[in-house]
Amino acid sequence: MKKHRVVITGIGVVASNGIGVNNFLKALKEGKSGIKKWDELGALNVRCQIGGVPDLSTINLHDHLPRLFAEKMTNKGIIYACLSGLEAWKDAGLEPNEDAVDYSSGLIMGAGDLSFDSWINREFPAYPIDRGESRRLGSRTISEGMNSGAAAYLNNLLGLGSRVQSNSSACITGSEAVLLGYEYLQSGRADRMICGSTEGDGRYIWAGFDAMRVLCSDSNDRPTFGSRPMSSTSTGFVPSGGSGSLVLETLESAQQRGAKIYAEILGGHTNSGGQRGTGTMTAPNSEAVVKCIETALMDSSIDPYEIDLISGHLTSTKGDPIEVKNWVKALGRKGEDFPFINSPKSMIGHSIAGAGSIELVACVLQLANQFIHPSLNTEEIHPEILSEIFGGKIPQACLEQEVDTIIKANFGFGDLNCAIVLRKFNP
Amino acid sequence: MELVMNQESVKTDLLEIIKPYLPEDVQLSDVSEEKHLINDLKINSAHIVDIVLDIEDKFDIMIDDDAIGEMNTVRDSIDVVLNKAAA
Repeated sequence: MKKHRVVITGIGVVASNGIGVNNFLKALKEGKSGIKKWDELGALNVRCQIGGVPDLSTINLHDHLPRLFAEKMTNKGIIYACLSGLEAWKDAGLEPNEDAVDYSSGLIMGAGDLSFDSWINREFPAYPIDRGESRRLGSRTISEGMNSGAAAYLNNLLGLGSRVQSNSSACITGSEAVLLGYEYLQSGRADRMICGSTEGDGRYIWAGFDAMRVLCSDSNDRPTFGSRPMSSTSTGFVPSGGSGSLVLETLESAQQRGAKIYAEILGGHTNSGGQRGTGTMTAPNSEAVVKCIETALMDSSIDPYEIDLISGHLTSTKGDPIEVKNWVKALGRKGEDFPFINSPKSMIGHSIAGAGSIELVACVLQLANQFIHPSLNTEEIHPEILSEIFGGKIPQACLEQEVDTIIKANFGFGDLNCAIVLRKFNP
Repeated sequence: MELVMNQESVKTDLLEIIKPYLPEDVQLSDVSEEKHLINDLKINSAHIVDIVLDIEDKFDIMIDDDAIGEMNTVRDSIDVVLNKAAA
């Protein structure tokens, strides 16, 4: 069966260091951190009191969303997804369907757990159910709390009629959504799929990670230094919220309607280490990570030497040196021979389920604009990383640089891996 | 006289509450007292419970299920508020 080529024709993003593609692009180039201190976390005795929260006060929601969404929607994860999704759809030169249903387009918008979102704050400290006032929950507790809520509300705006789905796979959710959409289009079952993921923010999401002691707790007084992937002093990740969306389209469809093409998805793979070997609920099985990357390259029919840039998962934990070793092994490249590697999390923090899609938008922007964004706070690279790769492969400042092929990977709780290969479009 | 003023002020507050739930193509100027919330103003029936909660917060009253069932038109809703506030 002939497989369809799949290209990216639209992008949208809400990130802690910039809302909207133009602001995000500028922030990536400047190496702008979106991490700030949040005093409310200190008052609650949370160890990590820093995080990345997209600043909605910098935009007028009414300019972007219908009245009901702008005024009544309280779930940040859903607001972010609707903003990034609408931006991507319009960026692709498409309009939301007024009354008709577009059966040739679908949607995959993943989420971590929308019911953890800060929207439950509104009845703090006692939840209405426990006060015997469940009637106070109103009509949107289910639709905003269900994991498919972001997909459902976004499609309320778009009116798409092909597959509409919401995946949930911890920190690989975003890249997995794109991989799922890619495979669906490859098989010819739709013309285009808008794919992405979202994560809200606030104490209900972050405190659980804090209790696991996986968050950065040593930088409450210097927030932008907290997220320092690949550093010798990394102590934990810095949580953040946000959403990325990408419009994926068969090459035929994109060319037929004369759409601008940002990049092509060459291939990808997702697998699991089965929580066996070095793999656990929270740590990846390195054997499976290597296999995932190797299979993604094979699926893309490219040689490891064609990779110009690795956009790592690299969360600013003790796992970073292990991740770099896995890349070295999977690509068979080390030292000076290793490609460039950077971590968007050094700027935006770890947007959990939102991470993969936001980071893929960053990859598309680097391909489309030919640059490599800096990886912040890498002045002191971990010695175990330096024994594997040349330190100059980790950019401390933005590099104006030819970039043809990027591999993006994410690794998630449950021992899940996902890798995707993107290339500058070459007809 | 006082009752008329009350009715007017309740109406003003009620319209403010209803506004965000109106579909994009329905304007506040389309809303008159005889309009049915769901059939005429095309408010999603699921959102009636949200409007009820907003009304309860605004007027510090409790609207029971029977009263919710009576809130068909804008005028019905104003009457429910006035009745509950007087009770």
